[in-house]
Amino acid sequence: MISWRFYVNIFIMYKILTKDILAPGIFRMDILAPRVAASAKPGQFVIVRMDEKGERIPLTICDYDVEKGSVTIVVQVIGGSTLKMSQLEPGDTLADFVGPLGQPSEMLSEKFEDLAAKKIIFLAGGLGTAPVYPQVKWLHHQGIKADVMIAAKSSGLLIMVEEMKKVAGNVYIATDDGSEGFHGMITDCLQNLIDRQGGSYDLAIVIGPMIMMKFAALLTQKLSIPTIVSLNTLMVDGTGMCGACRVTVGGKTKFACVDGPEFDGALVDFDEALRRQTMYKGYEGKKLYEEQCALGIETCKCPK
Amino acid sequence: MARIPRVPVREQNPTVRASNFEEVCFGYNQEEAMLEASRCLNCKKPGCVSACPVNINIPGFIMHIREGEFEQAARVIALDSSLPAVCGRVCPQEDQCEGKCILGVKGESVAIGKLERFVGDWTRENGIDLTPSGIVPKGIKMAVVGAGPSGLACAGDLAKMGYDVTIFEALHKPGGVLEYGIPEFRLPKESVVRTEINNVVKLGVKIETNVIIGRTVTIDELFDKEGFKAVFVGSGAGLPKFMGIPGENLNGVFSANEFLTRNNLMKAFRQEYETPIFVGKKVAVVGGGNVAMDAARTALRLGAEVHIVYRRTMKEMPARVEEVHHAHEEGIIFDELCNPTSILGDEKGWVRGIRCIRMVLGEPDASGRCRPVELPGSEFEIEVDTVIMSLGTSPNPLISRTTPGLEANPRQCLIVEEETGQTTRKGIFAGGDAVTGAATVILAMGAGRKAARAMDLYIRGLAGE
Repeated sequence: MISWRFYVNIFIMYKILTKDILAPGIFRMDILAPRVAASAKPGQFVIVRMDEKGERIPLTICDYDVEKGSVTIVVQVIGGSTLKMSQLEPGDTLADFVGPLGQPSEMLSEKFEDLAAKKIIFLAGGLGTAPVYPQVKWLHHQGIKADVMIAAKSSGLLIMVEEMKKVAGNVYIATDDGSEGFHGMITDCLQNLIDRQGGSYDLAIVIGPMIMMKFAALLTQKLSIPTIVSLNTLMVDGTGMCGACRVTVGGKTKFACVDGPEFDGALVDFDEALRRQTMYKGYEGKKLYEEQCALGIETCKCPK
Repeated sequence: MARIPRVPVREQNPTVRASNFEEVCFGYNQEEAMLEASRCLNCKKPGCVSACPVNINIPGFIMHIREGEFEQAARVIALDSSLPAVCGRVCPQEDQCEGKCILGVKGESVAIGKLERFVGDWTRENGIDLTPSGIVPKGIKMAVVGAGPSGLACAGDLAKMGYDVTIFEALHKPGGVLEYGIPEFRLPKESVVRTEINNVVKLGVKIETNVIIGRTVTIDELFDKEGFKAVFVGSGAGLPKFMGIPGENLNGVFSANEFLTRNNLMKAFRQEYETPIFVGKKVAVVGGGNVAMDAARTALRLGAEVHIVYRRTMKEMPARVEEVHHAHEEGIIFDELCNPTSILGDEKGWVRGIRCIRMVLGEPDASGRCRPVELPGSEFEIEVDTVIMSLGTSPNPLISRTTPGLEANPRQCLIVEEETGQTTRKGIFAGGDAVTGAATVILAMGAGRKAARAMDLYIRGLAGE
């Protein structure tokens, strides 16, 4: 066991233990964070800050090892901060690594008999495969085999398929371009599976891009499969302080960071969630502000 | 003898400061402080002391300032307060010490807050170390949850008694509301806040950041696995309130907490920091408290036209007079007696305006302020592209929910004995906003110090002393 490192007014640094590339632009890292590793549960997430000037980035927990004191994260390069993170190597450190945040998966509080009686399928879209893994693995340890459907744009972007096969029941693959497995969207793949098999599922857990979760939840509703989704909203603190992660569920405002991240897929207002994700995209906010400043526009009140 | 008028304090010109984040108030220099100190009558029964939540010997430190004995003045304050540079800046003195100053009856009260700040700043600038020497370590571990004003004060006092204290902080930086809530232009972070935290660290207090009590580790684990003998909960009141009106989830609506955290903790106002902040051209800040003023003045500095939308009049605003005055000077527009009924969005789901109804003041309510009543048929629209909700905050229920036996009231405030901070569970004490709901820095600090004394008694009781 690693003892807690205390410093007087020097903060603990979180060391990168391993790093591997899973697909172009997607990498996996084991981070030394014993406290988080000891408390992490499937369904929860962490917030990472690379350095003094960095953003607080919410990331899903992909795995954890209490013995090693490590937590596994999977990151996709989507902007400046994640690009910078992708350039870090084992031995480098992250300034901050806090968690576990959010509620653990609902299944953890279900009675074993109830859970074991259910036919469960996970729908994993792209990077969503990473947070699906610890849930399937947890079920596997309980002696429950869940089916998993993994989808990506093309074969090269599929991640963690081999790992998943070790802990899942059936693993189905779908690619948008047909380069591997089923040719088409994950929703078509599920519809096709049910049409072929005849049987249905008692529970679907959908994790992936917001747009994929929207359409998957629409389909599972049609198929009368109770569905849980895990929302990847904007966040700052991740502890309920800011409300950037507000989402409407069943007509009520919820905070994804403390009330979620998992919600009933049938009740989430996905259109609002999709819109709120775009808050800082494009030329809004700070970027506009920086541009105005660079151009010397009069309205710029840059605090230099 | 002609009375000396209250010595005015030098401030940044309003038009200049409206576009920078430098501190508004420069504070007194030595001559100004000594002159102002000479106005104090050194009353036999000083009203100021009893009106101070931590009962600082105010005439005592002011007499030392008058004589130019600044270090002695600092030592007098240090007996009761560990954060003079902070409290001198952010305390509502007009309702506390200065409100009871005898000079205030016919003229202007002594500028106690500005004098306290002077002492705090002088101490820092002259590198005076007030750390007591010869602390005898007891080897008993005490945990403090939250590195805000109440936690820092509690930890500091426990450390002085010889306890081995660790503060657990959920965010990546200690300071609590001093760091994420109050803006740089009112409370400089690098100089003032960092020094106050260093003073606590110098006493041997350990601060571990990135630990969310109730998630990363529970209070029971602190007791059972990590050997802490007592815990102080100073986790603050961090959950923002919303109005529950239509349109609150449109793009461009923020809680004041989000807006201020992005700007203060994450330093979005500085180019080189990566966290984005959205400030439209025209901003409505809903609310009339200090946090509303902070959010409004921050938005103004980021380049927006800012309206404060408040359902009563400026006279009833809970914000400090000085803050309202500063906001007004800087060009914040006050839309009094109007209350939002909905937020309006454009076809893409971004804020395009706010719909309000005119209010009139009715009979006084329980708070003694006149209750605002809607004027039927008076609805109108204000065109804005950003709305910041500043309606108060409530404590985070995470700790009470994950600690069996620790009870909170329906407002999520922890239930404690007022004099000791003892919660409903043995060995756990609490204070500050986690107990009172959003209040002031000085009240939180006072509660932290009271709890430290009670925790010491508790430990002695365990040892059978």
